[in-house]
This record gives sequence, structure tokens and C-alpha cells, in this order.
Amino acid sequence: MTNRSLGSQILHRFFKHRLAVFAVVLLALMVVLALGANLTQYTPTEQDPSNPFMSPTTAHWFGTDELGRDIFTRILYGSRVSLLVGLISTLLTISLGVAVGAISGYYGGWLDNVLMRITDTFLTFPTIFVLIILSSLLRELPFPWLKNSILVVIVIIAALSWMWPARLVRSLFITLREREFVTATRALGGSSAGIIIRHILPNCLGPILVSGTLQMAYAIITESGLSYLGFGVQPPTPTWGAILSTAQVYVFRAPWMAIYPGVMIFITVMTINYIGDGLRDAFDPYVIHSEK
Amino acid sequence: MANYALRRVLQSIPILFILSILLFAMVRAAPGGPLSAAYRNPNITKEQIALLKHQLGLDLPLPVQYANWLGDMLQGDMGDSIKFRRPVSEMIAERIPNTIVLVGVSFLVTLIIALPIGILSARKPYSFFDYLTTTLTFIGQSVPVYWLGLALILVFYVSIQNPYTGEPIFPAAGMRTIGQDKNLADLAWHLVLPVTALSASWAAWYSRFLRSSLLDVLHEDYVRTARAKGASDRIVYYKHALRNAILPLVTLIGLDLPSLFAGALFIETIFAWPGMGRLFWDAARGRDYPVLLAVVMIDAVIIISCNILADLFYGILDPRVKYD
Repeated sequence: MTNRSLGSQILHRFFKHRLAVFAVVLLALMVVLALGANLTQYTPTEQDPSNPFMSPTTAHWFGTDELGRDIFTRILYGSRVSLLVGLISTLLTISLGVAVGAISGYYGGWLDNVLMRITDTFLTFPTIFVLIILSSLLRELPFPWLKNSILVVIVIIAALSWMWPARLVRSLFITLREREFVTATRALGGSSAGIIIRHILPNCLGPILVSGTLQMAYAIITESGLSYLGFGVQPPTPTWGAILSTAQVYVFRAPWMAIYPGVMIFITVMTINYIGDGLRDAFDPYVIHSEK
Repeated sequence: MANYALRRVLQSIPILFILSILLFAMVRAAPGGPLSAAYRNPNITKEQIALLKHQLGLDLPLPVQYANWLGDMLQGDMGDSIKFRRPVSEMIAERIPNTIVLVGVSFLVTLIIALPIGILSARKPYSFFDYLTTTLTFIGQSVPVYWLGLALILVFYVSIQNPYTGEPIFPAAGMRTIGQDKNLADLAWHLVLPVTALSASWAAWYSRFLRSSLLDVLHEDYVRTARAKGASDRIVYYKHALRNAILPLVTLIGLDLPSLFAGALFIETIFAWPGMGRLFWDAARGRDYPVLLAVVMIDAVIIISCNILADLFYGILDPRVKYD
């Protein structure tokens, strides 16, 4: 091993995972497409009642829906929602989970007991049912800003997902807090907060990033699923789930409509899963690499 | 072990209690609450609403309502559906067996697919078979269950027909052919698409999980010891390694149960399967709160019971675990 920094070693190992690198490129492309959604010649809500259910043509790449709206444009706008929900709710989930897990694992004792009982309680919730109830409830509360349903979906997904990273980080902290470098830092007078943030947490980066990718995939699938059932982001905002749910109604008249949103969810989630796989290999030097 | 089981059951009571308070508060906190549809209806007078409120006990303070509801629930009375004016317990009793059939068969199919794939791909890691199944499991993990359900309908119901009869290959809705008596073959026929959709992603997760947990175990000292004492590859693999590698999978399955019910909710909605998930979806759209609360509470009880069962099963598989 040459004397490169740990970071560049990890990066090097990540680049060896070709599928993961390809996935990063693909995801970047999707982000670019999502950002450029307004560059198509249609708007996502523009109706053309004379041309409903058009099969794909050069004018409408993915055809049109029941109101004559351009599906390609709606898919691109939908990717904004999916990527935004995926990213923000993952950040929320991971922050909350890491905070709970770190405190629980580092301090132990009664604090750990209380936090873990709460975590266990949340883990037994029938998640999707609670998500649906929360989603329909929060939107009816008399706060106008809650009507922004993207925010509602982001928050409720995070509120019911933080337990997984919390358990993971806790178990990492329990092993790491007994290590010599922690004892040494404490002997030198390091504060608990400093030890948690500067010394232990960086060692958990790999597993946290990997669980972040899992969470992001889950969040995207869940948002689309909720919207598909009618309890996610509300119309007229175009989302993949909403397009899919319309497609189901018209599955005989316009079967192609069901294909695009599903393929988009699939590709997005698959790229994220492959990035997660690449990160796992990159952070774990003991993984056996096949050098073929 | 009986003591342990009893303690776990007792521990789950406060969890269910907290869940019931949270759920009740959530469902009832919405403005207008269960009568919001009645408020919007211009044909219903204020007096009628007041009467309705009184009949449903909605004019009482919330904690009193909760106490009444909890008391009734504990006696098996889940109230009446606002929409259908029928006892919720009756509606749920009709639906539960259908969900159990769907989830149970899917779970069995999942294990039948996942166990051999996980075992064989860990047996020869980085072989052609391993690459093939790893790719397939990545695909399986990334396909959302609702889209897979829809895609199966698209292919086997909408697109491809039986060339002789011109009928769709598999039915896409319900549990039985209308006009036919209840029979097992017909049920199995209706189960094909929903079970396929439901099992695919679980099979992918579980086989991948088993593969990596087997590969971890194969590096353990006791595996090396077993090899050193001359045990055959077969014995080492199936007796020593597999038995240990399966343990984390049992835990995963126990923890993963909520996602099984989530999958069932989607599949029941798509395939018009008359189960608990479909009942819940209808109730959520109609704000039929007694049904909502009952379904979620029952699912929570099922999830917790299965959690406890998974932990007990863990003890049977791993004699090193002592329950005390």
C-alpha cells in the first residue's frame, strides 16, 4: 500500500467498482434532467383535451395522458419531487438517527434504555398504515404551510425511518467507545461532545453512508407508493406515483403510460443501490475483490 | 423459555398502549374529524350533525372517548364502521383470512426462492451463478412492489392472451372467479400474480442477506476448526456454517414484518384482493376512523407477536442463547 490518505484510498476502491461509478454517472444525468425539466416545450399541467392518450410520437416522446398532458414533461418534473424527497428525507433520517444512536451508544445507562425503548416502539409501528394516516391528517390541519404536501411526505417518512440508522450507529458506538483512542482522548481531557463528534463519528462514516443510500432508495419507493395510493404528494404536482396511479385506471387504453414512471423509479432506486454497494466495498478493506 | 415469552408479551403491552394513544390522537386530531364529510354536505343540517355526534359519542372530551374506545376494544368491540354501518369486528373477521392467505403463501414462496439462491451463491462466490443471482437480486430490490404488480397485470392480463380461449392468462382482480364455487384451484389461480409481485423483492432481499451472512460466517474460527478436524465440505457448509448464518436472517425477518404488511397493502389495492390492506385503504379514503384504528391496532398486534415468535425461534435455532 502506497502512503496515500485514507480518503483517496477509499475513493480509489470506489472507482474500482465499475457498476457503482456507472450508477453515479447515471444519477448525475437524472439530476441534470430533473433540473432541466422546464426546458421541454410543454408544461407539466398544460392540458390539450383534443389529444388525450396519444401513444409516443416525436412531438410527445412518452405520449400524452388522459388530459392530453405531455407525459415526458410530467416524468421529468416528477423526478424533481422524487429526488428532492429522497435527498431531504434521507438527510433528516440520518441526522436524527445518528443523534439518537450516538447518544444512546456513547452514554449507555438509563439514557440508552429510554432511547432504545422509544426506538423499539417505533419499529413495531405498521409503517405504511401510520404514514397514510399521518399524511391525510397533517394536510387537514389548519396550517397553510402544511398544505405543501412535499414537506409533509418528507417529514413523515423521516419520522418513521430514523430507527434503523439509530440502531446501527448505537452498535458502532458501543464497540468504538471502548477503544484505546477514545480512552486516550478522555485522559487528555477531551469533552464528551468532542469525542463523539470528532473522534468516534468519523469512524462510522462508511456504514452511515451505506445506510443513507438504503434510506434514500426506501424514501423514493415510499413517496411514489404513497402518491400512487393517493396519500403522497397531491395533484396537480406531477409525481411518478400519481402518473402510475392514473396509468392503472387506463391500463387497457394506454398501457404504455404505466411503463415510464415505473422504469424511472426502478432506474433511480437501482443506481442508488449500486452506489451503496460501491460505498460498502470502498469503506470495507476486508471485502474480497474479484479482479476480473 | 415460557418465562421469557411471558415477559415479552407483558413488555409489548405498554408499546401497544402508547401506539393506541398516538393513533387515536392522530386520527381524531384532524379538524372535522370523522364527520368532515357530513360537514361538507349541504343537505345535512346542524341539528342532524349534533345528533350524529352524540350518537357516535363524539361530543365527549377526547380522553373520555379514548377510554371508551379502549375499553370496548379490549372486550373485542371495535365499534361500527361509519361508512358501512356494520360492526368493524365483523368486517375484519371477513378480511383477515384473505390477508393471511396472501401474505402466508408469499412468505413461503419467498423462502423457497431465497434460501437456495442465497446458499448456492455463497457456496461459489464470484461464479457465473453468483453474478447472475446478484444482478437479479439487485433488480428485485429496486423494483417497487406496486409497479411490479401493475407490470404483471400489463403482461399477463392485458397483453398476452390464451391463444385457444382468447382469455387473459391470469386473473388480475379478486380471489375467485365470479359464478364459480369456492375451490382451491381457482384460488391458486388468482394467487399467481399477486404472490409473484409480493415475493419478488423479499426473495431478493433475503437471498442477498443470507449470501453475505454465509460469507461472513465462513471466515469464522469454528468453520476453520471443523475443516481442520476433517469434516467434509458438505458438513462444514450445511451443518456448521448455514446454521449460524441463518440466525441474522431470522432477526431480519422479524424486524422486517411491517414491510411485509406494506407490500400486502399495495398488492391488495392493485389486485382488488379483499384483505385488511384493501379495507384500510378504503377506510382511509373515506375517513372511516373506527375501521382505520382497528386495522392498524390489529396489524400492530400481529407484528409484535411475530417479533416475539421470531425471537423464540431464534432460541430454538441457536442453543447458545439462554432466555432468563
